[in-house]
Amino acid sequence: MLTYKDFLKNKQFVIFGILAIAIILIAVFAPVVTGGIDPLKGDIRDALLEPGEDGHIWGTDKMGRDIFTRVIYGARYSLSATFAVVLLIFTVGSVFGVIAGYFGGWIDAVLMRIADMMLSFPGLVLALAVAGIMGASIKNAIIAITLVSWTKYARLARSLVMKIRNRDYVSAAIVTGSKTPYMIKTYMFPNALPTLIITAATDIGSMMLELAGMSFLGFGATPPTPEWGYMLNEGRSYMGTAPWLMIYPGLAIFLVVVVFNMLGDSIRDVMDPRSQK
Amino acid sequence: MRLLQIVIVLIGISFITFALTYMSPGDPVRNMYTASGVMPTQEMIDATREELGLNKPFLTQYFTWLTNCLKGDFGKSYSLNKPVVELLASRLLPTLKLAFMSMCIMLILAVPMGVVSALYKDSWIDNLVKCITFFGCAMPNFWVGLLLMLAFCVKLRIFPVMASGGDFKSLFLPALTLAVAMTAKYTRQVRTAVLEELSQDYVIGAEARGVKRSKIIWLNVFPNALLPLITMLGLSIGSLLGGTSVVEVIFSYPGLGNLAVSAITSSDYNLIQGYVLWLSIIYMVVNLIVDMSYNFIDPRMRHKK
Repeated sequence: MLTYKDFLKNKQFVIFGILAIAIILIAVFAPVVTGGIDPLKGDIRDALLEPGEDGHIWGTDKMGRDIFTRVIYGARYSLSATFAVVLLIFTVGSVFGVIAGYFGGWIDAVLMRIADMMLSFPGLVLALAVAGIMGASIKNAIIAITLVSWTKYARLARSLVMKIRNRDYVSAAIVTGSKTPYMIKTYMFPNALPTLIITAATDIGSMMLELAGMSFLGFGATPPTPEWGYMLNEGRSYMGTAPWLMIYPGLAIFLVVVVFNMLGDSIRDVMDPRSQK
Repeated sequence: MRLLQIVIVLIGISFITFALTYMSPGDPVRNMYTASGVMPTQEMIDATREELGLNKPFLTQYFTWLTNCLKGDFGKSYSLNKPVVELLASRLLPTLKLAFMSMCIMLILAVPMGVVSALYKDSWIDNLVKCITFFGCAMPNFWVGLLLMLAFCVKLRIFPVMASGGDFKSLFLPALTLAVAMTAKYTRQVRTAVLEELSQDYVIGAEARGVKRSKIIWLNVFPNALLPLITMLGLSIGSLLGGTSVVEVIFSYPGLGNLAVSAITSSDYNLIQGYVLWLSIIYMVVNLIVDMSYNFIDPRMRHKK
Protein backbone atom coordinates (compact mmCIF):
# COMPACT_ATOMS: atom_id res chain seq x y z
CA MET A 1 0.00 0.00 0.00
CA LEU A 2 1.18 3.49 -0.75
CA THR A 3 1.64 5.81 2.20
CA TYR A 4 2.48 9.46 2.32
CA LYS A 5 6.05 8.42 3.10
CA ASP A 6 6.45 7.05 -0.43
CA PHE A 7 5.55 10.46 -1.72
CA LEU A 8 7.90 12.29 0.63
CA LYS A 9 10.78 10.06 -0.49
CA ASN A 10 10.45 11.41 -4.02
CA LYS A 11 12.49 14.60 -4.20
CA GLN A 12 10.74 15.89 -7.32
CA PHE A 13 7.37 15.48 -5.63
CA VAL A 14 8.47 17.38 -2.53
CA ILE A 15 10.00 20.29 -4.45
CA PHE A 16 7.16 20.78 -6.90
CA GLY A 17 4.54 20.00 -4.29
CA ILE A 18 5.86 22.91 -2.25
CA LEU A 19 5.95 25.14 -5.32
CA ALA A 20 2.38 24.16 -6.24
CA ILE A 21 1.19 24.95 -2.71
CA ALA A 22 3.03 28.26 -2.91
CA ILE A 23 1.23 29.10 -6.16
CA ILE A 24 -2.13 28.20 -4.63
CA LEU A 25 -1.36 30.30 -1.55
CA ILE A 26 -0.37 33.24 -3.74
CA ALA A 27 -3.69 32.93 -5.54
CA VAL A 28 -5.66 32.69 -2.30
CA PHE A 29 -3.84 35.58 -0.65
CA ALA A 30 -3.65 37.70 -3.79
CA PRO A 31 -4.78 40.90 -1.98
CA VAL A 32 -1.95 40.52 0.54
CA VAL A 33 0.68 39.68 -2.08
CA THR A 34 -0.19 42.68 -4.21
CA GLY A 35 -0.50 45.06 -1.28
CA GLY A 36 -4.19 45.80 -1.74
CA ILE A 37 -4.07 47.19 -5.28
CA ASP A 38 -7.29 46.66 -7.22
CA PRO A 39 -6.64 44.56 -10.33
CA LEU A 40 -9.67 46.04 -12.11
CA LYS A 41 -9.04 49.72 -11.47
CA GLY A 42 -6.33 51.76 -13.02
CA ASP A 43 -5.54 55.38 -13.64
CA ILE A 44 -5.72 56.12 -17.36
CA ARG A 45 -2.92 58.64 -16.89
CA ASP A 46 -0.67 55.72 -15.92
CA ALA A 47 -1.44 53.81 -19.11
CA LEU A 48 1.32 51.67 -20.65
CA LEU A 49 4.02 52.49 -18.11
CA GLU A 50 7.19 50.50 -18.60
CA PRO A 51 8.14 47.87 -15.99
CA GLY A 52 9.70 49.52 -12.97
CA GLU A 53 8.22 52.92 -13.65
CA ASP A 54 6.30 54.52 -10.81
CA GLY A 55 6.38 51.43 -8.61
CA HIS A 56 4.71 49.18 -11.18
CA ILE A 57 7.32 46.42 -11.26
CA TRP A 58 5.81 44.74 -14.36
CA GLY A 59 4.42 47.93 -15.87
CA THR A 60 0.80 48.82 -16.60
CA ASP A 61 -1.68 48.07 -19.38
CA LYS A 62 -3.64 50.39 -21.65
CA MET A 63 -6.06 51.26 -18.83
CA GLY A 64 -3.24 51.96 -16.40
CA ARG A 65 -3.88 48.79 -14.42
CA ASP A 66 -0.91 47.21 -12.67
CA ILE A 67 0.24 44.11 -14.59
CA PHE A 68 1.81 42.45 -11.56
CA THR A 69 -1.45 42.72 -9.62
CA ARG A 70 -3.44 41.41 -12.55
CA VAL A 71 -1.12 38.46 -13.09
CA ILE A 72 -1.29 37.50 -9.41
CA TYR A 73 -5.09 37.74 -9.38
CA GLY A 74 -5.10 35.83 -12.66
CA ALA A 75 -3.79 32.80 -10.80
CA ARG A 76 -7.15 32.62 -9.02
CA TYR A 77 -9.14 32.29 -12.24
CA SER A 78 -6.67 30.04 -13.96
CA LEU A 79 -6.24 27.63 -11.04
CA SER A 80 -9.88 27.42 -10.02
CA ALA A 81 -11.05 26.89 -13.60
CA THR A 82 -8.39 24.26 -14.23
CA PHE A 83 -9.16 22.36 -11.04
CA ALA A 84 -12.85 22.52 -11.86
CA VAL A 85 -12.25 21.07 -15.33
CA VAL A 86 -9.98 18.29 -14.10
CA LEU A 87 -12.37 17.40 -11.29
CA LEU A 88 -15.36 17.39 -13.64
CA ILE A 89 -13.83 15.26 -16.38
CA PHE A 90 -12.43 12.96 -13.73
CA THR A 91 -15.81 12.45 -12.06
CA VAL A 92 -17.96 12.31 -15.18
CA GLY A 93 -15.48 10.15 -17.07
CA SER A 94 -14.88 7.64 -14.32
CA VAL A 95 -18.56 7.30 -13.39
CA PHE A 96 -19.57 6.60 -17.00
CA GLY A 97 -16.52 4.41 -17.56
CA VAL A 98 -17.09 2.27 -14.47
CA ILE A 99 -20.79 1.88 -15.30
CA ALA A 100 -20.04 0.90 -18.90
CA GLY A 101 -17.34 -1.53 -17.86
CA TYR A 102 -19.32 -3.12 -15.05
CA PHE A 103 -22.67 -3.58 -16.76
CA GLY A 104 -21.45 -4.18 -20.31
CA GLY A 105 -24.10 -4.98 -22.90
CA TRP A 106 -26.15 -2.22 -24.45
CA ILE A 107 -25.25 0.35 -21.76
CA ASP A 108 -21.62 -0.14 -22.65
CA ALA A 109 -22.35 0.00 -26.38
CA VAL A 110 -24.31 3.25 -26.11
CA LEU A 111 -21.83 4.98 -23.82
CA MET A 112 -18.85 3.96 -25.90
CA ARG A 113 -20.46 5.06 -29.17
CA ILE A 114 -21.07 8.46 -27.58
CA ALA A 115 -17.44 8.50 -26.53
CA ASP A 116 -16.43 7.57 -30.10
CA MET A 117 -18.40 10.49 -31.43
CA MET A 118 -16.74 12.89 -29.04
CA LEU A 119 -13.36 11.54 -30.09
CA SER A 120 -14.10 12.11 -33.76
CA PHE A 121 -14.03 15.85 -33.30
CA PRO A 122 -10.43 16.80 -33.80
CA GLY A 123 -8.59 19.03 -31.36
CA LEU A 124 -10.47 21.92 -29.89
CA VAL A 125 -12.98 22.15 -32.72
CA LEU A 126 -16.01 21.05 -30.75
CA ALA A 127 -14.95 22.85 -27.56
CA LEU A 128 -14.57 26.08 -29.51
CA ALA A 129 -17.94 25.66 -31.16
CA VAL A 130 -19.67 24.88 -27.86
CA ALA A 131 -18.04 27.73 -25.96
CA GLY A 132 -18.59 30.14 -28.80
CA ILE A 133 -22.23 29.26 -29.21
CA MET A 134 -23.06 29.36 -25.51
CA GLY A 135 -21.36 32.73 -25.22
CA ALA A 136 -18.01 33.67 -23.78
CA SER A 137 -17.52 33.03 -20.07
CA ILE A 138 -15.17 30.98 -17.95
CA LYS A 139 -18.07 28.73 -16.94
CA ASN A 140 -18.95 27.93 -20.54
CA ALA A 141 -15.32 27.28 -21.39
CA ILE A 142 -15.18 24.79 -18.51
CA ILE A 143 -18.34 23.05 -19.74
CA ALA A 144 -17.04 22.94 -23.31
CA ILE A 145 -13.70 21.42 -22.38
CA THR A 146 -15.37 18.93 -20.03
CA LEU A 147 -17.72 17.89 -22.81
CA VAL A 148 -14.88 16.95 -25.12
CA SER A 149 -12.38 15.59 -22.59
CA TRP A 150 -14.38 13.22 -20.36
CA THR A 151 -14.19 10.41 -22.91
CA LYS A 152 -10.53 9.79 -22.22
CA TYR A 153 -11.27 9.00 -18.58
CA ALA A 154 -14.36 6.99 -19.45
CA ARG A 155 -12.36 4.74 -21.77
CA LEU A 156 -9.64 4.33 -19.21
CA ALA A 157 -12.00 3.52 -16.34
CA ARG A 158 -13.93 1.12 -18.55
CA SER A 159 -10.87 -0.83 -19.58
CA LEU A 160 -9.63 -1.02 -15.99
CA VAL A 161 -12.97 -2.27 -14.72
CA MET A 162 -13.32 -4.80 -17.53
CA LYS A 163 -9.95 -6.24 -16.61
CA ILE A 164 -11.18 -7.39 -13.20
CA ARG A 165 -14.87 -7.74 -14.05
CA ASN A 166 -14.62 -11.46 -14.82
CA ARG A 167 -12.14 -12.44 -12.15
CA ASP A 168 -13.21 -15.24 -9.85
CA TYR A 169 -13.26 -13.16 -6.71
CA VAL A 170 -15.63 -10.68 -8.33
CA SER A 171 -17.98 -13.45 -9.44
CA ALA A 172 -17.72 -14.96 -5.97
CA ALA A 173 -18.71 -11.67 -4.37
CA ILE A 174 -21.71 -11.34 -6.68
CA VAL A 175 -22.78 -14.94 -6.07
CA THR A 176 -22.58 -14.50 -2.32
CA GLY A 177 -25.04 -11.64 -2.59
CA SER A 178 -23.08 -8.42 -2.84
CA LYS A 179 -25.30 -5.69 -4.24
CA THR A 180 -24.32 -3.70 -7.31
CA PRO A 181 -23.59 -0.37 -5.54
CA TYR A 182 -21.41 -2.23 -3.06
CA MET A 183 -19.56 -4.03 -5.84
CA ILE A 184 -18.85 -0.80 -7.62
CA LYS A 185 -17.82 0.97 -4.46
CA THR A 186 -15.53 -1.68 -3.02
CA TYR A 187 -14.10 -3.46 -6.04
CA MET A 188 -14.54 -1.57 -9.28
CA PHE A 189 -13.88 2.03 -8.35
CA PRO A 190 -10.86 1.51 -6.07
CA ASN A 191 -9.33 -0.66 -8.76
CA ALA A 192 -9.54 2.03 -11.39
CA LEU A 193 -8.71 4.92 -9.08
CA PRO A 194 -4.88 4.98 -9.05
CA THR A 195 -4.55 5.06 -12.84
CA LEU A 196 -7.25 7.70 -13.09
CA ILE A 197 -5.54 9.86 -10.48
CA ILE A 198 -2.24 9.59 -12.34
CA THR A 199 -3.96 10.67 -15.54
CA ALA A 200 -5.69 13.57 -13.83
CA ALA A 201 -2.47 14.73 -12.20
CA THR A 202 -0.59 14.75 -15.49
CA ASP A 203 -3.51 16.46 -17.24
CA ILE A 204 -3.62 19.58 -15.04
CA GLY A 205 -1.01 21.40 -17.11
CA SER A 206 -2.55 20.70 -20.49
CA MET A 207 -6.04 21.60 -19.27
CA MET A 208 -4.68 24.90 -18.04
CA LEU A 209 -3.20 25.54 -21.48
CA GLU A 210 -6.49 24.70 -23.18
CA LEU A 211 -8.46 27.03 -20.93
CA ALA A 212 -6.00 29.83 -21.48
CA GLY A 213 -6.18 29.16 -25.21
CA MET A 214 -9.96 29.50 -25.17
CA SER A 215 -9.71 32.78 -23.29
CA PHE A 216 -7.06 33.94 -25.70
CA LEU A 217 -9.43 33.41 -28.61
CA GLY A 218 -12.13 35.31 -26.74
CA PHE A 219 -14.29 32.30 -25.84
CA GLY A 220 -13.41 32.18 -22.16
CA ALA A 221 -12.88 34.98 -19.69
CA THR A 222 -14.42 38.31 -20.56
CA PRO A 223 -13.04 41.76 -19.74
CA PRO A 224 -12.21 43.13 -17.26
CA THR A 225 -11.36 39.74 -15.69
CA PRO A 226 -7.61 39.43 -15.17
CA GLU A 227 -7.27 36.05 -16.89
CA TRP A 228 -3.86 35.22 -18.35
CA GLY A 229 -5.02 34.04 -21.75
CA TYR A 230 -7.23 37.05 -22.18
CA MET A 231 -4.49 39.41 -20.98
CA LEU A 232 -2.23 38.02 -23.70
CA ASN A 233 -4.94 38.70 -26.22
CA GLU A 234 -5.26 42.28 -25.01
CA GLY A 235 -1.52 42.75 -25.08
CA ARG A 236 -1.28 41.52 -28.65
CA SER A 237 -2.13 44.87 -30.19
CA TYR A 238 0.57 46.64 -28.19
CA MET A 239 3.30 44.21 -29.13
CA GLY A 240 5.60 46.78 -30.67
CA THR A 241 5.18 49.50 -28.07
CA ALA A 242 4.52 47.58 -24.84
CA PRO A 243 5.81 43.99 -25.09
CA TRP A 244 5.58 43.56 -21.30
CA LEU A 245 1.83 43.27 -21.67
CA MET A 246 2.27 39.84 -23.22
CA ILE A 247 5.51 38.72 -21.65
CA TYR A 248 4.42 38.51 -18.01
CA PRO A 249 1.04 36.78 -18.36
CA GLY A 250 2.64 34.26 -20.73
CA LEU A 251 5.46 33.68 -18.30
CA ALA A 252 2.92 33.09 -15.54
CA ILE A 253 1.09 30.43 -17.54
CA PHE A 254 4.35 28.82 -18.51
CA LEU A 255 5.73 28.64 -14.96
CA VAL A 256 2.53 27.35 -13.42
CA VAL A 257 2.19 24.70 -16.12
CA VAL A 258 5.82 23.64 -15.60
CA VAL A 259 5.24 23.24 -11.87
CA PHE A 260 2.05 21.23 -12.27
CA ASN A 261 3.51 19.08 -15.06
CA MET A 262 6.52 18.25 -12.90
CA LEU A 263 4.25 17.50 -9.96
CA GLY A 264 2.07 15.29 -12.14
CA ASP A 265 5.10 13.40 -13.44
CA SER A 266 6.37 12.81 -9.93
CA ILE A 267 2.96 11.57 -8.77
CA ARG A 268 3.01 9.12 -11.67
CA ASP A 269 6.50 7.97 -10.75
CA VAL A 270 5.48 7.29 -7.16
CA MET A 271 2.16 5.62 -7.87
CA ASP A 272 3.22 3.63 -10.89
CA PRO A 273 6.75 2.28 -10.37
CA ARG A 274 6.63 0.62 -13.80
CA SER A 275 6.81 4.03 -15.47
CA GLN A 276 10.35 4.49 -14.17
CA LYS A 277 12.82 2.96 -16.52
CA MET B 1 -18.50 -3.74 -39.55
CA ARG B 2 -16.01 -0.95 -39.51
CA LEU B 3 -18.00 0.96 -42.11
CA LEU B 4 -21.24 0.56 -40.18
CA GLN B 5 -19.57 1.96 -37.09
CA ILE B 6 -18.31 4.93 -39.06
CA VAL B 7 -21.77 5.60 -40.45
CA ILE B 8 -23.29 5.52 -36.95
CA VAL B 9 -20.62 7.86 -35.63
CA LEU B 10 -21.08 10.19 -38.59
CA ILE B 11 -24.82 10.41 -38.02
CA GLY B 12 -24.12 11.12 -34.36
CA ILE B 13 -21.63 13.82 -35.24
CA SER B 14 -24.01 15.49 -37.65
CA PHE B 15 -26.73 15.36 -35.01
CA ILE B 16 -24.51 16.87 -32.32
CA THR B 17 -23.33 19.54 -34.72
CA PHE B 18 -26.84 20.45 -35.69
CA ALA B 19 -28.24 20.34 -32.17
CA LEU B 20 -25.40 22.54 -30.99
CA THR B 21 -26.28 25.44 -33.20
CA TYR B 22 -29.99 24.87 -32.83
CA MET B 23 -29.81 25.36 -29.08
CA SER B 24 -27.61 28.42 -29.19
CA PRO B 25 -29.04 31.62 -27.74
CA GLY B 26 -28.06 33.98 -30.56
CA ASP B 27 -30.64 34.69 -33.27
CA PRO B 28 -29.06 34.04 -36.68
CA VAL B 29 -31.63 36.08 -38.57
CA ARG B 30 -31.05 39.12 -36.44
CA ASN B 31 -27.29 38.64 -36.75
CA MET B 32 -27.62 38.31 -40.48
CA TYR B 33 -29.38 41.64 -40.78
CA THR B 34 -27.10 43.42 -38.36
CA ALA B 35 -24.11 42.10 -40.29
CA SER B 36 -25.44 43.71 -43.44
CA GLY B 37 -26.10 46.95 -41.56
CA VAL B 38 -29.90 46.82 -41.51
CA MET B 39 -31.99 47.26 -38.37
CA PRO B 40 -34.62 44.58 -38.92
CA THR B 41 -38.27 44.92 -38.02
CA GLN B 42 -40.16 42.02 -36.49
CA GLU B 43 -41.96 41.36 -39.81
CA MET B 44 -38.70 41.18 -41.68
CA ILE B 45 -37.32 38.71 -39.16
CA ASP B 46 -40.44 36.55 -39.35
CA ALA B 47 -40.38 36.57 -43.13
CA THR B 48 -36.75 35.56 -43.27
CA ARG B 49 -37.30 32.85 -40.68
CA GLU B 50 -40.08 31.47 -42.87
CA GLU B 51 -37.89 31.68 -45.95
CA LEU B 52 -34.96 29.86 -44.31
CA GLY B 53 -37.24 27.28 -42.72
CA LEU B 54 -36.06 28.21 -39.23
CA ASN B 55 -39.54 27.99 -37.70
CA LYS B 56 -40.11 24.34 -38.59
CA PRO B 57 -39.79 21.63 -35.94
CA PHE B 58 -36.31 20.54 -34.90
CA LEU B 59 -36.26 17.12 -36.56
CA THR B 60 -37.64 18.42 -39.84
CA GLN B 61 -34.94 21.04 -39.89
CA TYR B 62 -32.34 18.42 -39.10
CA PHE B 63 -33.39 16.13 -41.92
CA THR B 64 -33.61 18.95 -44.45
CA TRP B 65 -30.16 20.02 -43.41
CA LEU B 66 -28.78 16.49 -43.51
CA THR B 67 -30.11 15.72 -46.99
CA ASN B 68 -28.71 19.00 -48.25
CA CYS B 69 -25.35 18.18 -46.68
CA LEU B 70 -25.32 14.80 -48.37
CA LYS B 71 -25.88 16.58 -51.66
CA GLY B 72 -22.86 18.72 -50.81
CA ASP B 73 -24.89 21.80 -50.01
CA PHE B 74 -24.05 23.19 -46.59
CA GLY B 75 -26.08 26.34 -47.05
CA LYS B 76 -24.96 29.91 -47.20
CA SER B 77 -22.81 31.71 -44.67
CA TYR B 78 -24.95 34.43 -43.07
CA SER B 79 -22.09 36.72 -42.22
CA LEU B 80 -20.02 36.44 -45.40
CA ASN B 81 -22.93 35.85 -47.77
CA LYS B 82 -21.21 33.07 -49.71
CA PRO B 83 -21.84 29.33 -49.95
CA VAL B 84 -20.26 27.52 -47.02
CA VAL B 85 -18.66 24.90 -49.26
CA GLU B 86 -16.91 27.56 -51.28
CA LEU B 87 -15.58 29.28 -48.15
CA LEU B 88 -14.35 26.07 -46.57
CA ALA B 89 -12.76 24.85 -49.78
CA SER B 90 -10.88 28.10 -50.28
CA ARG B 91 -9.49 27.92 -46.73
CA LEU B 92 -8.66 24.23 -46.67
CA LEU B 93 -5.53 24.43 -48.78
CA PRO B 94 -3.77 27.11 -46.68
CA THR B 95 -4.47 25.12 -43.51
CA LEU B 96 -3.22 21.92 -45.15
CA LYS B 97 -0.07 23.77 -46.20
CA LEU B 98 0.40 25.04 -42.67
CA ALA B 99 -0.12 21.61 -41.15
CA PHE B 100 2.24 19.98 -43.63
CA MET B 101 4.93 22.58 -43.11
CA SER B 102 4.78 22.32 -39.32
CA MET B 103 4.94 18.55 -39.67
CA CYS B 104 8.14 18.89 -41.71
CA ILE B 105 9.71 21.28 -39.21
CA MET B 106 8.74 18.94 -36.40
CA LEU B 107 10.30 15.90 -38.09
CA ILE B 108 13.50 17.77 -38.87
CA LEU B 109 13.80 18.71 -35.19
CA ALA B 110 12.29 15.74 -33.38
CA VAL B 111 13.83 12.73 -35.12
CA PRO B 112 17.50 13.72 -34.69
CA MET B 113 16.91 14.95 -31.14
CA GLY B 114 15.06 11.81 -30.12
CA VAL B 115 17.56 9.46 -31.74
CA VAL B 116 20.61 11.21 -30.33
CA SER B 117 19.17 11.34 -26.83
CA ALA B 118 18.32 7.63 -27.02
CA LEU B 119 21.77 6.64 -28.30
CA TYR B 120 23.49 8.71 -25.64
CA LYS B 121 21.05 7.95 -22.85
CA ASP B 122 21.72 9.73 -19.55
CA SER B 123 24.51 11.82 -21.04
CA TRP B 124 24.44 15.61 -20.92
CA ILE B 125 22.94 15.73 -24.39
CA ASP B 126 20.07 13.48 -23.30
CA ASN B 127 19.42 15.73 -20.32
CA LEU B 128 19.50 18.80 -22.53
CA VAL B 129 16.96 17.26 -24.90
CA LYS B 130 14.80 16.29 -21.92
CA CYS B 131 14.87 19.89 -20.73
CA ILE B 132 13.96 21.21 -24.17
CA THR B 133 11.04 18.82 -24.58
CA PHE B 134 9.79 19.62 -21.11
CA PHE B 135 9.72 23.32 -21.74
CA GLY B 136 8.23 22.76 -25.17
CA CYS B 137 5.29 20.95 -23.57
CA ALA B 138 4.62 23.69 -21.05
CA MET B 139 4.75 26.65 -23.41
CA PRO B 140 1.29 27.81 -24.46
CA ASN B 141 1.38 27.85 -28.26
CA PHE B 142 -0.18 31.29 -28.44
CA TRP B 143 2.60 32.64 -26.26
CA VAL B 144 5.24 30.98 -28.43
CA GLY B 145 3.57 32.55 -31.45
CA LEU B 146 3.49 36.00 -29.89
CA LEU B 147 7.11 35.79 -28.76
CA LEU B 148 8.27 34.63 -32.20
CA MET B 149 6.29 37.43 -33.74
CA LEU B 150 7.77 39.96 -31.34
CA ALA B 151 11.29 38.77 -32.05
CA PHE B 152 11.22 38.18 -35.81
CA CYS B 153 8.49 40.47 -37.10
CA VAL B 154 8.51 43.47 -34.79
CA LYS B 155 12.12 43.67 -33.58
CA LEU B 156 14.18 42.02 -36.32
CA ARG B 157 11.69 42.58 -39.15
CA ILE B 158 12.71 39.39 -40.94
CA PHE B 159 9.19 38.10 -41.43
CA PRO B 160 5.92 39.88 -42.24
CA VAL B 161 3.54 40.52 -39.34
CA MET B 162 0.55 39.50 -41.41
CA ALA B 163 1.04 35.99 -42.74
CA SER B 164 -1.61 36.39 -45.38
CA GLY B 165 0.43 35.43 -48.40
CA GLY B 166 0.89 31.80 -49.32
CA ASP B 167 4.65 31.98 -49.66
CA PHE B 168 7.30 30.35 -47.54
CA LYS B 169 8.08 33.50 -45.56
CA SER B 170 4.56 33.97 -44.26
CA LEU B 171 4.16 30.27 -43.64
CA PHE B 172 7.31 29.72 -41.64
CA LEU B 173 6.55 31.34 -38.28
CA PRO B 174 3.01 29.96 -37.87
CA ALA B 175 4.31 26.53 -38.81
CA LEU B 176 7.19 26.82 -36.37
CA THR B 177 4.80 27.83 -33.59
CA LEU B 178 2.65 24.78 -34.22
CA ALA B 179 5.73 22.61 -34.41
CA VAL B 180 7.07 23.53 -30.95
CA ALA B 181 4.64 21.52 -28.84
CA MET B 182 4.53 18.68 -31.36
CA THR B 183 8.31 18.49 -31.45
CA ALA B 184 8.39 18.04 -27.70
CA LYS B 185 5.88 15.22 -27.88
CA TYR B 186 7.53 13.42 -30.79
CA THR B 187 11.06 13.73 -29.48
CA ARG B 188 9.98 11.77 -26.44
CA GLN B 189 8.23 9.21 -28.60
CA VAL B 190 11.25 8.74 -30.84
CA ARG B 191 13.51 8.42 -27.82
CA THR B 192 11.33 5.76 -26.17
CA ALA B 193 10.88 3.86 -29.42
CA VAL B 194 14.61 3.79 -30.19
CA LEU B 195 15.47 2.81 -26.63
CA GLU B 196 12.96 -0.01 -26.73
CA GLU B 197 14.36 -1.28 -30.01
CA LEU B 198 17.94 -1.06 -28.74
CA SER B 199 17.13 -3.35 -25.83
CA GLN B 200 15.74 -6.08 -28.11
CA ASP B 201 17.51 -9.40 -28.13
CA TYR B 202 18.35 -9.28 -31.81
CA VAL B 203 20.40 -6.12 -31.30
CA ILE B 204 22.42 -7.74 -28.55
CA GLY B 205 22.71 -10.86 -30.68
CA ALA B 206 23.95 -8.96 -33.70
CA GLU B 207 26.44 -7.08 -31.56
CA ALA B 208 27.70 -10.34 -30.09
CA ARG B 209 28.21 -11.69 -33.57
CA GLY B 210 30.39 -8.71 -34.31
CA VAL B 211 28.11 -6.69 -36.57
CA LYS B 212 29.12 -3.06 -36.49
CA ARG B 213 26.99 -1.02 -34.15
CA SER B 214 26.44 1.72 -36.69
CA LYS B 215 25.22 -0.88 -39.17
CA ILE B 216 22.73 -2.33 -36.67
CA ILE B 217 21.45 1.10 -35.86
CA TRP B 218 21.00 2.24 -39.44
CA LEU B 219 19.66 -0.97 -40.91
CA ASN B 220 17.62 -2.44 -38.06
CA VAL B 221 16.96 -0.11 -35.21
CA PHE B 222 15.86 2.96 -37.16
CA PRO B 223 13.39 1.33 -39.52
CA ASN B 224 11.82 -0.65 -36.71
CA ALA B 225 11.64 2.22 -34.27
CA LEU B 226 10.36 4.82 -36.69
CA LEU B 227 7.59 2.75 -38.30
CA PRO B 228 5.05 3.29 -35.52
CA LEU B 229 5.68 7.02 -35.92
CA ILE B 230 3.90 6.97 -39.26
CA THR B 231 0.67 6.04 -37.53
CA MET B 232 1.12 8.80 -35.00
CA LEU B 233 1.84 11.26 -37.78
CA GLY B 234 -1.40 10.35 -39.49
CA LEU B 235 -3.36 10.92 -36.30
CA SER B 236 -1.54 14.21 -35.78
CA ILE B 237 -2.58 15.50 -39.21
CA GLY B 238 -6.19 15.21 -38.15
CA SER B 239 -5.80 16.99 -34.85
CA LEU B 240 -3.46 19.55 -36.40
CA LEU B 241 -6.12 20.62 -38.88
CA GLY B 242 -8.47 21.28 -35.98
CA GLY B 243 -5.88 22.85 -33.73
CA THR B 244 -4.62 25.64 -35.91
CA SER B 245 -7.16 28.28 -34.81
CA VAL B 246 -4.98 29.98 -32.23
CA VAL B 247 -1.94 30.22 -34.45
CA GLU B 248 -3.95 31.30 -37.47
CA VAL B 249 -5.57 34.08 -35.48
CA ILE B 250 -2.24 35.35 -34.15
CA PHE B 251 -0.61 35.50 -37.57
CA SER B 252 -3.81 36.52 -39.39
CA TYR B 253 -3.33 33.45 -41.54
CA PRO B 254 -6.20 32.85 -43.97
CA GLY B 255 -6.95 29.27 -42.96
CA LEU B 256 -9.84 27.18 -41.69
CA GLY B 257 -9.21 27.90 -38.02
CA ASN B 258 -9.33 31.62 -38.54
CA LEU B 259 -12.54 31.27 -40.53
CA ALA B 260 -14.07 29.15 -37.76
CA VAL B 261 -13.24 31.66 -35.05
CA SER B 262 -14.84 34.49 -36.97
CA ALA B 263 -17.83 32.26 -37.76
CA ILE B 264 -18.29 31.54 -34.06
CA THR B 265 -17.92 35.18 -33.07
CA SER B 266 -20.59 36.24 -35.54
CA SER B 267 -22.73 33.15 -34.68
CA ASP B 268 -22.80 32.09 -38.29
CA TYR B 269 -24.65 28.77 -37.85
CA ASN B 270 -24.20 27.27 -41.30
CA LEU B 271 -20.53 28.03 -41.38
CA ILE B 272 -19.92 26.56 -37.92
CA GLN B 273 -21.88 23.44 -38.78
CA GLY B 274 -20.05 23.04 -42.05
CA TYR B 275 -16.68 23.54 -40.41
CA VAL B 276 -17.26 21.09 -37.57
CA LEU B 277 -18.70 18.49 -39.91
CA TRP B 278 -15.97 18.85 -42.52
CA LEU B 279 -13.18 18.60 -40.01
CA SER B 280 -14.60 15.57 -38.23
CA ILE B 281 -15.10 13.80 -41.55
CA ILE B 282 -11.55 14.62 -42.62
CA TYR B 283 -10.31 13.45 -39.26
CA MET B 284 -12.18 10.16 -39.50
CA VAL B 285 -11.05 9.51 -43.06
CA VAL B 286 -7.44 10.20 -42.12
CA ASN B 287 -7.72 7.82 -39.18
CA LEU B 288 -9.19 5.15 -41.40
CA ILE B 289 -6.42 5.53 -43.97
CA VAL B 290 -3.82 5.36 -41.21
CA ASP B 291 -5.37 2.17 -39.89
CA MET B 292 -5.38 0.58 -43.28
CA SER B 293 -1.92 1.77 -44.23
CA TYR B 294 -0.61 -0.05 -41.20
CA ASN B 295 -1.31 -3.32 -42.96
CA PHE B 296 0.88 -2.32 -45.86
CA ILE B 297 3.72 -0.91 -43.84
CA ASP B 298 3.97 -3.58 -41.21
CA PRO B 299 3.59 -7.13 -42.55
CA ARG B 300 3.16 -8.47 -39.02
CA MET B 301 -0.22 -6.78 -38.79
CA ARG B 302 -1.51 -8.71 -41.80
CA HIS B 303 -1.04 -12.00 -40.07
CA LYS B 304 -2.55 -10.98 -36.77
CA LYS B 305 -6.10 -11.32 -38.01
